Amino acid sequence: MQEVTENKEFTPNIVAFCCNWCSYAGADLAGSSRMTYPANVKIIRVPCSCRVNPTFILKAYQQGADGVIICGCHPGDCHYVTGNYYTRRRIALLFSMLNYMGIEKERTRLEWVSAAEGQKFSAVMNDFVKTITELGENKRLTDLRVKEGE
Amino acid sequence: MKEVETKMLERAKELLESGEVARVVGWKKGEFCYDPSPATFESVEELKDFTYDWFCGANLSKYLIQISKKEGKTAVFLKPCDTYSFNQLVKEHRIKRENIHVIAVECRGKFDIEKIKAKGISFVTGAQLDGTQVKVSTLYGEETLEKSDVVLTKCATCNKDYQVQDEAIILHERTKKDVDRFAEVAKLEAMTEEERFAFWREQLSKCIRCNACRNVCPACSCVKCVFDNPASEISAKVNSDKFEEQLFHIIRAFHVAGRCTDCGECSRVCPQHIPLHLLNRKFIKDIDNFYGEYQAGETAEGKTPLTSYTEGDTEPNDVFKGEAK
Amino acid sequence: MKKIAKAKLNELYAKISESMGLFLPIKRAGEVNYAVWGEGKEVSLETLKTVKSPKNAFFPDSENLMKFKTEGKNIEIIDVRKDYKEEKPFVLFGVKACDYKAIEVLDRVFLADPVDSYYQARREATTIVTLACSKPEESCFCKVFGIDATAPCGDVTTWLDENYLYWQANTEKGEALTALVADLLEEGGEESVATQQEATKAILEKLPFSALDLSRFKPENLNDLFNDPAWEEMSEACLGCGTCTFVCPTCQCFDIRDFKTSEGVLRYRCWDSCMYSDFTLMAHGNSRTTQMQRFRQRFMHKLVYYPSQNDGLYSCVGCGRCVNKCPQHLNIVKVIKTLGGKNDD
Repeated sequence: MQEVTENKEFTPNIVAFCCNWCSYAGADLAGSSRMTYPANVKIIRVPCSCRVNPTFILKAYQQGADGVIICGCHPGDCHYVTGNYYTRRRIALLFSMLNYMGIEKERTRLEWVSAAEGQKFSAVMNDFVKTITELGENKRLTDLRVKEGE
Repeated sequence: MKEVETKMLERAKELLESGEVARVVGWKKGEFCYDPSPATFESVEELKDFTYDWFCGANLSKYLIQISKKEGKTAVFLKPCDTYSFNQLVKEHRIKRENIHVIAVECRGKFDIEKIKAKGISFVTGAQLDGTQVKVSTLYGEETLEKSDVVLTKCATCNKDYQVQDEAIILHERTKKDVDRFAEVAKLEAMTEEERFAFWREQLSKCIRCNACRNVCPACSCVKCVFDNPASEISAKVNSDKFEEQLFHIIRAFHVAGRCTDCGECSRVCPQHIPLHLLNRKFIKDIDNFYGEYQAGETAEGKTPLTSYTEGDTEPNDVFKGEAK
Repeated sequence: MKKIAKAKLNELYAKISESMGLFLPIKRAGEVNYAVWGEGKEVSLETLKTVKSPKNAFFPDSENLMKFKTEGKNIEIIDVRKDYKEEKPFVLFGVKACDYKAIEVLDRVFLADPVDSYYQARREATTIVTLACSKPEESCFCKVFGIDATAPCGDVTTWLDENYLYWQANTEKGEALTALVADLLEEGGEESVATQQEATKAILEKLPFSALDLSRFKPENLNDLFNDPAWEEMSEACLGCGTCTFVCPTCQCFDIRDFKTSEGVLRYRCWDSCMYSDFTLMAHGNSRTTQMQRFRQRFMHKLVYYPSQNDGLYSCVGCGRCVNKCPQHLNIVKVIKTLGGKNDD
């Protein structure tokens, strides 16, 4: 019994889309301040959170992500002035649609993290990884062809 | 309906004869009474095949993207729902408005031959509205059906009014229906996550990826679709995995969010009868809830919900909070 | 001839499923398509036309061919299909006459040299049980192609009425299947079948498309037909979707594509449609640039190109699926009526 539990220990794959100007710098700050966040968070740097096309999110799930988090500048602080306002609308609609289609709503998240919020970045990532670990493997948005070889 | 057709035909003849327009876009007769096809008529002679009846459900607006680029003016017959698509395409600069003469035509809901056939009625030779009932004539005699059972899904909840017209041919007033077009969406929302997942899984598993929903959709007017572009890494010709069924339909619905006029063509053309309009309506419902009521295609100007914002918009992580209500 | 009570059909399916795969029309989410039988599935033999034809039993929508695994400078090629050579025997049940004829059309493509060994493996592992039609519909026109809807071939031919399924084995494979389910079958039924056939034939005679004129679709008229100005008008409402090709029992075009997996590349083949804009896309560009050309290709292939290479066998079987399913009601009947014979008005 003990063995089975051990083998099944689940380390989720997390994809974090971080905007170049705030959240990515926030991640940097977290690193240089020696704050930790789990190594299974894979950061993908994007010029602005509004660069994140819904396809990117779904594609991440297809390729084996168990959770996807989008991070951008706080509304009002966008390097491109208005980019994250559009992000907010798009992602709100997408989240609602994923939920409507029965995809676990905890699996996808959006957080505003500024360049000065290294601590927030670390806290958000720790919390998100915890949530996804509890939620378990992504089974509803996966492509079996990708998983086959594993 | 016969009188409307006669009037339309007369008007089409006049317009072509006088040279006011170079062509008329309408419907032409098919092999049966129920299978008319969209068509362009360039001469009075060609009008011999012209028809307008209870089975002219197709939305003609999208054809105008190509046709409005042709030389000369084009007259087009548009039903109420088609006028929304028309407006939206004008807004997106896909139709040259100045080249089009819009004739608004009467529509009291169109019939769905597949729904009639599903009642076990075959060899249909005609159908007429009689109050709230439909008299279907067949080779074997007449059958009476409830209108609500035979109208196209898109017509069942339509309360649309003409949004654009240069002239109109309307002989009967439409009666407003007391229906909530979001009722089905709300029903799904009320289900549990597992039930919703099971519902869509079952429905989308039928998808044969024929692209009919995309190709008929007036909002899907991209010159090259991302799903046809091998460089996009998501292009595919069939659904090789269940994921691709989800990907295609989520992304397609998302891409038309805020621009979808709810014309319902996607559900009309689906060979597997997947209720695709329920995806689009979910976006419409959310947009109404989050950003205020918005109907795409009501005007040919202005910004769409996804190309505008306010500083106090709903936070994405908060969209689920309304669920508890 | 043998027969089995309709009420006992589930026992028949269960019996076959014990040792073989069973693929038959099943209703799911409101639509009837061929699928693998299982306890609790809703079988619908009465459905005249399944949305998709049974062709995907032999020619699946999507089929993995091989995998490439790269490690350093080495590329390993893994054949992911080898198991198909030991294909589990299966039964394709309830195939209508038109769909059965369509399998002959596919055979001539996939079993001609070079043989598609995977199609062949599935084909050989299959026992086909056909089902005669008793309620043909107005969009049916199999008679035009010389098909008898009341007496389809196949390894076993069956007929269905209100009470019984009548059963007649035609081949060795059919006999073997009959032996497998012998306990469930009883003797008799010749008369009922003859009565049903007669009644059905009377309907078939009267169908609106039963006398389409194909006389002009001959190889010698190829150029004339190809250059006919009517194509422009016939195709003008075409959306360029693939509905007609994907519901068609004889369309056999496919594409070979690569998919990136976590550890390499998966090469697969999938259905393709000549209606799609990238169907003939090559390195230099596309040889068919308009929808009219694509539309023309589809019907010329069915009515002229294919027959000219296959002893006059048309690659349309008159199932009428495209007649029912085209979103804008364009279909092969309209093409035949416009171009087929001298009977135009």
